[in-house]
Amino acid sequence: MVKTLSPNVRDRRLLWTLSLSAATAAGLLLLILIFLAKEAWPVLSTVGVTSFVMDSSWHPLEGTFGLTPMLAASVAMSALAILIAAPLGVALALFCRFYAMGPVARLFRWAVVLLAGIPSVVLGLWGLTTLVPLINDLRAPGTSLLAGSVVLALMILPTIALTTEAALTSVSQSYWTGASALGLSREAIILAVALPTARNSIAAGVLLASARALGETMAVLMVSGNVVQLPSSLFDPVRTLTANIALEMAYATGTHRASLFVSGLALTLLVLALAAAARRSGGQVVHA
Amino acid sequence: MPDAVLYPGSARAGSTPTFFWRNLALQSFVWLASLLIIGVFLWLLGDILWRGASRVDWEFLISVPKSAGRSGGIAPIIVSTVLILVVAIAVAFPLGLATAALLSEYARQGGAKVRGVGLSLDVLAGVPSIVFGLFGNAFFCVWMGLGFSILSGGLTLACMILPIVIRTAESGLRMVPDEWRLGAAALGVSRSTTIVRILIPAAAPALVAGLMLGIGRAMAETAALIFTSGYVDRMPRSVFDSGRAISVHIYDLTMNVAGGDPNAYGSALVLIALLIVINSAALWLANRALDRKPSRS
Amino acid sequence: MNTPFVGDLVPDSKTGEAFTLGPLVTGPPCCEPVPKIRVESLSLSYGQNEVLRNISLDIYGGCITALIGPSGCGKTSLLSSINRLTDLVPGCQVQGRILREGGDIHAPGVDVHALRRDVGMIFQRPNPFPLSIRRNLALPLREHGLRNAREIDDRIERSLKDVGLWDEISDRLDAPAQALSGGQQQRLCIARALVLEPSVLLMDEPCSALDPISSAVVEDLVESLRGRYTVVIVTHNLAQARRIANYAAFFWVKDRAGTLVEFDHCKRLFESPRDERTAAYVSGARG
Ligand SMILES: Nc1ncnc2c1ncn2[C@@H]1O[C@H](COP(=O)(O)OP(=O)(O)OP(=O)(O)O)[C@@H](O)[C@H]1O
Ligand SMILES: [Mg+2]
Repeated sequence: MVKTLSPNVRDRRLLWTLSLSAATAAGLLLLILIFLAKEAWPVLSTVGVTSFVMDSSWHPLEGTFGLTPMLAASVAMSALAILIAAPLGVALALFCRFYAMGPVARLFRWAVVLLAGIPSVVLGLWGLTTLVPLINDLRAPGTSLLAGSVVLALMILPTIALTTEAALTSVSQSYWTGASALGLSREAIILAVALPTARNSIAAGVLLASARALGETMAVLMVSGNVVQLPSSLFDPVRTLTANIALEMAYATGTHRASLFVSGLALTLLVLALAAAARRSGGQVVHA
Repeated sequence: MPDAVLYPGSARAGSTPTFFWRNLALQSFVWLASLLIIGVFLWLLGDILWRGASRVDWEFLISVPKSAGRSGGIAPIIVSTVLILVVAIAVAFPLGLATAALLSEYARQGGAKVRGVGLSLDVLAGVPSIVFGLFGNAFFCVWMGLGFSILSGGLTLACMILPIVIRTAESGLRMVPDEWRLGAAALGVSRSTTIVRILIPAAAPALVAGLMLGIGRAMAETAALIFTSGYVDRMPRSVFDSGRAISVHIYDLTMNVAGGDPNAYGSALVLIALLIVINSAALWLANRALDRKPSRS
Repeated sequence: MNTPFVGDLVPDSKTGEAFTLGPLVTGPPCCEPVPKIRVESLSLSYGQNEVLRNISLDIYGGCITALIGPSGCGKTSLLSSINRLTDLVPGCQVQGRILREGGDIHAPGVDVHALRRDVGMIFQRPNPFPLSIRRNLALPLREHGLRNAREIDDRIERSLKDVGLWDEISDRLDAPAQALSGGQQQRLCIARALVLEPSVLLMDEPCSALDPISSAVVEDLVESLRGRYTVVIVTHNLAQARRIANYAAFFWVKDRAGTLVEFDHCKRLFESPRDERTAAYVSGARG
């Protein structure tokens, strides 16, 4: 008989291995934050946080580090995207839940899931070759805040629709029969019962979607023109924080590189704050 | 609207004019919005299919790109993509499985510490992919000295997909019924054997489903790869070579190569086809996992 | 051992005298009233919720002891404390002692794996692992250090023959165990316990999830284990308890905690119970 380890020893070893892996996985977040901070430190320690907020322009090689225009572009684009996607997404969820017949609802749901799975770079490609020329007909150059928002809206719509539908499904089953027993119309049930009950989950889904919108890079980079400026109209080309990192990392060195890490750090904190808010507002969150 | 709740009798379907208009407005909005979305979706899908299909054939898949990708195929790009994915999975899957086993089997015993791991993973899942790119560049390429390479890219993606792999594996393990845990314990079988020989095989479909989801996520990723695995579109000779993933290829053809759009669409079609296959497989496996319960008599 | 322990532990409520157990009424003579396991003033609670209070009872070697009583009186909990499966339940506290061949199973340094190897358990719902039939039986053997493939096969064959499954399934040992019928699965689970050559078998309503025919098969099987194994069986089927058990213990919920009301020869407990609750229960009036 081969000599074997006693079960207790084996158990202890396994627990060790598992704990080590878990510690690695959990430590990863810390490692990421530490490395972002480490890379950002050279410029943070010499220039300070204030110039990133106060400087009016972004010329890191000349010593001005104003992130404001890009931050404004990021926020404006995400907000606009939410403005487009939230009503449409909720409407789509209502459609699948209350209006469509079984197979139609399934078809639409399948389309939403498929849409959620389309890579952002493909959406960017489509936006640039199809959407941008259309906007260009309205007002040149076409690559603009608007184009970015529309493509972003397409990206986050599934998140909102799926979250909302999950929330509606979990609330409506019981209310539906009760409310229809009272003789309420379908619309009355939606407005008076279903939506108010699902409100928190929908809010969570929207917050989560805005976090994703703020963090999105490729699609936005490809369609929004990438001019560093404070947007003054929907048709202005703008550059978001994420696009800026993607565009300049390739050649940045020294302080310039460090200042890109500063913007990355800022972006992370912003996105994590939104995600935390989504978590707090509770509700069932469907990861699309 | 609260009237409807307070005075249900007054809200009989569309009986009063105000409700009639309100109902009609809501109804039309829901219909129009859904049709709009589905229309745009079909437009998008049709565009990709239409423009992509004219490029994609066997030749496209097995030949190398010519004149910066305008013509020729995507063979080296597919190879690089696969290599990056292999690296990512080879790291993320074992690490993820072990962490998931800890989260599901020792959650009670670990208490706050285990909950801390879960929280940290949820936060990690929210970090934008471009930030993973920054981190991967600083940590793998520069600090570890791996340079722009398939290895750096794969490791970066491994970090990115770790949360999703762990969470799906964890829920798969939690779905394994307790009777097997009790049955094994009652035979004096150690916890390690129970986990390795019974629980993990029982949860296998769910574990693979999670893995597939991770692969899908990794394959669609661009931003995290641009400055980790790089742009080089030659056939990689090892994982230490730089290699261009398919999504990066699409990006580069669209943005940096005039006249690259047709091949970009061809690559996009290949990418989407692969993603659909992978996601469907994941879904199928996940459903199978739900079926695998001990039989009831 | 002529003075069994039960008498000291459960005073007769009517006469106030300690009662003693005479010679066996049913079962082959291999059942000697020698305690294999002694439960001494055992109390068990889940968190704040006490479910067993001050249970004392002897389980005699080679005999079948039936535990009966209404649902929720803690029979399963008592069984699981005998092989320390209660260790796995968060917040479960066990007080009192359980002596197995003289040693307290809760003493520090006791190897639970060895304990559970010697005290097998069968659950209410058949729970074969999602593996092949052969692997179901080989896994515990390997786990306890048996490596020789020939010997493993021999023991698998022997235990399957013991439970009467060999003729039915010897040609498909590599088929998934989950493909067996419910009754076959339950017998496989019994074989899986027997393959480790335990001395005690704890059975928690082993027939309740089975159809009448399979149930009868399993019952016959349990009957055939008498003498070779010490069996503790929980059952809601009083007729079954009456048919197969040598001893019977009746539990009742008092002040929201399960207590042992009466412990006696099976026949005596059914035919001339000393407590009126027992009488009412076995005659079907209550519970
Ligand atoms: N894991 C647990 N956690 C908390 N309470 C439990 C647990 N298991 C059992 N209980 C409680 O302990 C009491 C006794 O349960 P137990 O399963 O031992 O009863 P039982 O006699 O086996 O019942 P049945 O005949 O229905 O199987 C019940 O009130 C039950 O609710
Ligand atoms: Mg029970």
